[in-house]
Amino acid sequence: MAAENFATNLKKSAIAALWLAFLTLPIMVIRVDTVEKTVTWRWMHLVYMLGGSFVLAIIWHFMMDRRDRGAAIRAADGGGTESALSRFVNNPRVVKPLLAFGFIVAAAFPWVFSMYQTNILISALIYVVLGLGLNITVGLAGLLDLGYVAFYAVGAYAYALLNYHFHLGFWTVLPLAAIMGAFFGILLGFPVLRLRGDYLAIVTLGFGQIVKLVLENWNAFSFGPSGISNISRPGLFGLTYSVDQATTYIYYIMLGLVLLAIVVTARLKDSRIGRAWLALREDEIACQAMGIDNTKAKLMAFSLGATLAAVMGAVFAAKTTFINPASFTFMESAMILAIVVLGGMGSVVGVMLGAFLLILLPEYMRAFSEYRMLIFGATMIVVMVFRPQGLIKARRKVYKINTEAA
Amino acid sequence: MEYFLQLFFGGLSKGSVYALIALGYTMVYGIIELINFAHGEIYMIGAFMGLIVAGVLTAMGWPALSILAIALVISVLYSAAYGYTVEKIAYKPLRGAPRLAPLISAIGMSILLQNYIMLAQTPDFLPFPRLIPDLEFMEQYQSFLGTSDLFIVVTSLVVMIALSLFIKFTRMGKAMRATAQNRKMAMLVGVNVDQVISMTFIIGSGLAAVGGVLIASHIGQINFYIGFIAGIKAFTAAVLGGIGSIPGAVLGGLVLGWTESFATGYVSSDYEDVFAFCLLVLILIFRPAGLLGKQRAQKV
Amino acid sequence: MEHNKDAVLAVRNVSMNFGGLRALSDVDLEVRKGEVVALIGPNGAGKTTFFNCITGIYTPTDGDVVAVLRDGKEKRINGMRTNHVCELGMARTFQNIRLFPSMTALENVMIGRHCRTKQGILGAVLRWPKARREEQDVVDKSYQLLKKVGLESVANEYARNLPYGAQRRLEIARALATEPFLLLLDEPAAGMNPQETLELKEMVIRIREEFQVSVLLIEHDMKMVMSLSDRIYVMEYGRVISTGTPAEVSADPQVIRAYLGEESDA
Repeated sequence: MAAENFATNLKKSAIAALWLAFLTLPIMVIRVDTVEKTVTWRWMHLVYMLGGSFVLAIIWHFMMDRRDRGAAIRAADGGGTESALSRFVNNPRVVKPLLAFGFIVAAAFPWVFSMYQTNILISALIYVVLGLGLNITVGLAGLLDLGYVAFYAVGAYAYALLNYHFHLGFWTVLPLAAIMGAFFGILLGFPVLRLRGDYLAIVTLGFGQIVKLVLENWNAFSFGPSGISNISRPGLFGLTYSVDQATTYIYYIMLGLVLLAIVVTARLKDSRIGRAWLALREDEIACQAMGIDNTKAKLMAFSLGATLAAVMGAVFAAKTTFINPASFTFMESAMILAIVVLGGMGSVVGVMLGAFLLILLPEYMRAFSEYRMLIFGATMIVVMVFRPQGLIKARRKVYKINTEAA
Repeated sequence: MEYFLQLFFGGLSKGSVYALIALGYTMVYGIIELINFAHGEIYMIGAFMGLIVAGVLTAMGWPALSILAIALVISVLYSAAYGYTVEKIAYKPLRGAPRLAPLISAIGMSILLQNYIMLAQTPDFLPFPRLIPDLEFMEQYQSFLGTSDLFIVVTSLVVMIALSLFIKFTRMGKAMRATAQNRKMAMLVGVNVDQVISMTFIIGSGLAAVGGVLIASHIGQINFYIGFIAGIKAFTAAVLGGIGSIPGAVLGGLVLGWTESFATGYVSSDYEDVFAFCLLVLILIFRPAGLLGKQRAQKV
Repeated sequence: MEHNKDAVLAVRNVSMNFGGLRALSDVDLEVRKGEVVALIGPNGAGKTTFFNCITGIYTPTDGDVVAVLRDGKEKRINGMRTNHVCELGMARTFQNIRLFPSMTALENVMIGRHCRTKQGILGAVLRWPKARREEQDVVDKSYQLLKKVGLESVANEYARNLPYGAQRRLEIARALATEPFLLLLDEPAAGMNPQETLELKEMVIRIREEFQVSVLLIEHDMKMVMSLSDRIYVMEYGRVISTGTPAEVSADPQVIRAYLGEESDA
């Protein structure tokens, strides 16, 4: 069996490689300059393309075979197989110690590693919370929000503008940003209540784009593409501190917020409202028929997700001390969505893992930085085709039955 | 009055291109209920293919009109091939999966294609040669209707008529309509659904390529990002007309083109893209079935 | 509205039009306290449409739907939102089982408790004593219901993994969790073998006693309908063509014609 399959695989891969080489030939090989009227031919690229596609095609076909063979088993079990990693992480006796260990390591981080590394980790932590926030909207409630970055922008610009006009400090604005996030969440949630799946995704995408375009063009309000600079760093009882100390300070603020986000998400998941969201995601009609107010549930999901994003926006502004609309594009929303989906929708640890992988990996593979987005796009496709449930499977709580009450 | 006509014809030609791209979205959605996020990139690739062909032939000294014709043909063929390949890689394996999976795969493919072009060619704007010749008899209308506008409208019209004839009278066209209405049933009566779906992507991509080459020739420059914006706007057009409806896509494209044209002309040109997005949001909220779409009831 | 003094649900002159299609015409129906009422008829007669009309999924084009609550108060529920109808005390199951597959059996029933509990986001996150007590109460009550339908052993199983019969019973348990005064069952015995149907019948009788609910059910299994129901309504083409006790209805020539067709003049 194996030898035959392998031979067919080789044949299919050879054809695929030839096809892909043909397909990409003009783009990869030819470079035109219509002004100078010259044409450059880069034949080496054709060779790379042939070789590369051949190898990738072999791997692809091999994985496909595995997938199709596994499909029958999966269909019987239902809901997708769980990887060893997933089972390990989901073990209740493993999760808490694992997270505790993680926090201890994280707490010591700035003292062991450089400021540069710490800065990168802060970025990753911001995305962890963003992922957890979107996880509530998409992973728990099933509302596909492709414009999530709009709430991130709301928080960032709220802090930047309040700081600029009224000299309000970080800690003063933080709760305000949260409230604004919640408010915008409801505002954007209201019009989309009746929309399902794809349409909801596109409308939210539209909202996200509108917010970005308004920020870019309404110069009087947002200072346009040049953005806002000299945003104050978070205050520490009025003390002044250096840039390095600021980084450390913000790092610990983020750790605290991450902890908060984890606790909030984990507790919500197995609560009355968490179950209502899950019911909403699985079957809106049955959900409503069981007495759950869909409208309220949807708005709460949007609102809570938006709140987390807005808070992160304020932190982001305080960290970078400069913001402009270019930080709030659709690509950001796609990135955060990828974190949630690749990590495993609904799973807290999964989202964290997803954030670390998607943010830290590119940072440490600087050599490939040009290809970062290309690999990102390819990863999304590959993960969806071969492992749509993501890294970690979201597990429901196992309840201990009080048999005395029985 | 002249300004009005300028805006009218500008909107008409832009709208025709939107219509061409929108047709691809609507046909694919009608058949497999997927928003082909990567469709905008196919349009962009069509423009790039046109540029490359034009570049090579210009360097070899060929006459302009024949360059246009060949560029169109090759661009259509290549885009069709890309559309076919994209479907086979990113969508076909996910045909039974829950809705979220193919959508994310589509987003991934869109990002992949954008960056592929950016890396293989250049992130900069590339000048696109003016391939559409200026005809003498058009001189008198010069102030509000350019030759390229006319050319775009006429070409789009021809292509769309060809499409309608194809859908209505050929066997494949019938098969496509059947599959769109009831896939399982179509399979049971012997329609090769895989082929039909591939064909849908091929045709949709070809149409987008025509739009890409035409508009690139009109505007004079392209870059790897034009697919994203055009894609969303064309999707707006498709939804506006009623997703799944072919005449709807055409109507939607024209309405969008005119709306943008008149809004930027009379209201503000800074917020050009915002009009499309606002229109999209408003339609999906108030009339998700679109202008020509059917309201589908859900069985409880 | 005039109705029997023991009625818990009174429906008068209800019609439902979908554009040009008249799905229901002038339907009169009543369910009285403690009764098991069956709604039968050929496929397409409008039975599920009727259910949808009285539970707020559709708004009737005409007529009145009145619920009489446990405290005697009357409430016109035409077009009331589905979740309010459930809060009022009318819970249903679905023709094509609509469970929540990614949740466990216990959690599915716990969903039913949602409209009878209050804990919100704050309580969920802060877990103060009142919230924790409420949550424990929900778990306990749900477990009890699972026991009543014989599913306590699979409490922590995912609903999608349960066998078909178990899923049907789970749906009923979930509906009961909402503390209804009227239980609406849409083809609960569909796809069941005779043994399972018998067990289902006994379960419905037990439920009626223990929970003091009235039951309105749509069913095709005639044996079950005849032996279980107190009264029957027969529908055809959107109209009620006959009503009465099982004995009366089975002798009604209209009903016989609807099910077996006209005698041909050969």
